[in-house]
Amino acid sequence: MRKSSTFITTLGAVALMMGGMATAPQAVAVGEMPSKKVCKSKPKDPVVAGGCIATDRKKGNCMACHSFAGLEKTRLQAGNVGPPLVAMKQRFKDKKKLRAQIWDATKANPQSMMPPFGRHKILSEKDIDLITAWALSL
Amino acid sequence: MKKLIIAVTAFGLLALGSLSVQASPQSDLKAFQGYFKKKFPKIKFDDYSNGLYALPEAADRRAEWEAIEEFPPYEIDIAKGKKFWVANKLGTCFKNGGQGIAQNYPYWDKKTKMVRTAELDINACLKRQGKKAIKKGKLATVTAYFFYMARGKRIKLDLSDPGAIAEYEKGKHFFWAKRGQLNFSCANCHIGGSGKRVGGNILSPALGHGTGFPAYRSKWGGLGTIHRRYKGCNKQVRTAPLKQNHKTYRALQLYETYMNTGLPLTAPSNRF
Ligand code: HEC
Ligand code: HEC
Repeated sequence: MRKSSTFITTLGAVALMMGGMATAPQAVAVGEMPSKKVCKSKPKDPVVAGGCIATDRKKGNCMACHSFAGLEKTRLQAGNVGPPLVAMKQRFKDKKKLRAQIWDATKANPQSMMPPFGRHKILSEKDIDLITAWALSL
Repeated sequence: MKKLIIAVTAFGLLALGSLSVQASPQSDLKAFQGYFKKKFPKIKFDDYSNGLYALPEAADRRAEWEAIEEFPPYEIDIAKGKKFWVANKLGTCFKNGGQGIAQNYPYWDKKTKMVRTAELDINACLKRQGKKAIKKGKLATVTAYFFYMARGKRIKLDLSDPGAIAEYEKGKHFFWAKRGQLNFSCANCHIGGSGKRVGGNILSPALGHGTGFPAYRSKWGGLGTIHRRYKGCNKQVRTAPLKQNHKTYRALQLYETYMNTGLPLTAPSNRF
């Protein structure tokens, strides 16, 4: 437990360091998850809106398997089934590729544990666009 | 990461036996137990009977769990189960009065042409005496006593009959097939994912599944059968759970239990 939280904090720090490169969303600082209140207010910023969907247990629930910056300041507990979502812009130069991974992870790895959010209609196409925008900000 | 994924995929294919080479239960068993031996070299074989608590990843939870096991919450249920067992002369329907035989369950019965669980045999015995079948918590309690009489015995199933093999294959398929809106197989979480965390939950290795059931879970506030646990895992991935005692769950139990060959029974146990 201890170990993983330090790990996540480290990731947060890494993300902060690189924060200069990423464009920060308006309503929340880099490395911070939008609060419940912000989410309830139907945020217009795609990064903020995407963050809300990503961390909603009934929607993306991405933290069940991935750690990412900002989680350490919430009560959400990150799983470690998937790799940490860091330096996404550097690693996903092509936005389409990132979206495709979220839409159907089994295309790249048929045995993937990651749910096929688009193919199985777990999320709407719009939600997937927003989550993609959010993920690129990490 | 990548290496692991490839290894898991290869193992999945191998165990599924989808290739032309027909895998036998014996070779499946070897691959299955060998996989965990390699993945968790520090875990002693018998410790797998303790479910997720065998994992190094669960070390901090283990102390708490061991403290609970000193005064187990299911102790009173063993006494209740025994009382029911004796009062209803259930021993008369079982080999050796039901003492020390649970390690051979579930089993293929040629006469009724089905996989029979302890729960089924207990209710068949009641029926034979013209009594009403028991269900849910009560059934779990009596089954727990039946398993308690075989605590420490090592799992050993007889799969010699072709009928048994056919059911075994069905159970194996169910275990490895992806299902539900979230698209998970049992193997995703309990083979490839074992030892990892989904949110705050540590995933147990499938090696050891069932050795502790019926189990006490505080979530249930009492004892529940292995089929009740299966239902929970089906619901998690947004798939419709099957009814307890369903043919498919009995086949799944046959497969999972056979994969545990050689492990000592710990039921009833306290589980997360
Ligand atoms: C139940 C587990 C699980 C959930 C939930 C999950 N993922 Fe994944 N994810 C994985 C795994 C495992 C991988 C590793 C590659 C693979 O097996 O597909 C992965 C890989 C990825 C990758 C590629 C990462 C890289 O570094 O190459 C991205 C991006 C990603 N996930 C984003 C998401 C987003 C966004 C969500 C939520 C909408 C999400 N994941 C939900 C398990 C999950
Ligand atoms: C999304 C992940 C997931 C999937 C898919 C899943 N399980 Fe589980 N399962 C869990 C979690 C979490 C637990 C509770 C912690 C533990 O013991 O592993 C659990 C517990 C169990 C247990 C109890 C282990 C014990 O000793 O207490 C059994 C048995 C089990 N699962 C069988 C199955 C079977 C069979 C399937 C497929 C039908 C399945 N699971 C699918 C997550 C999953």
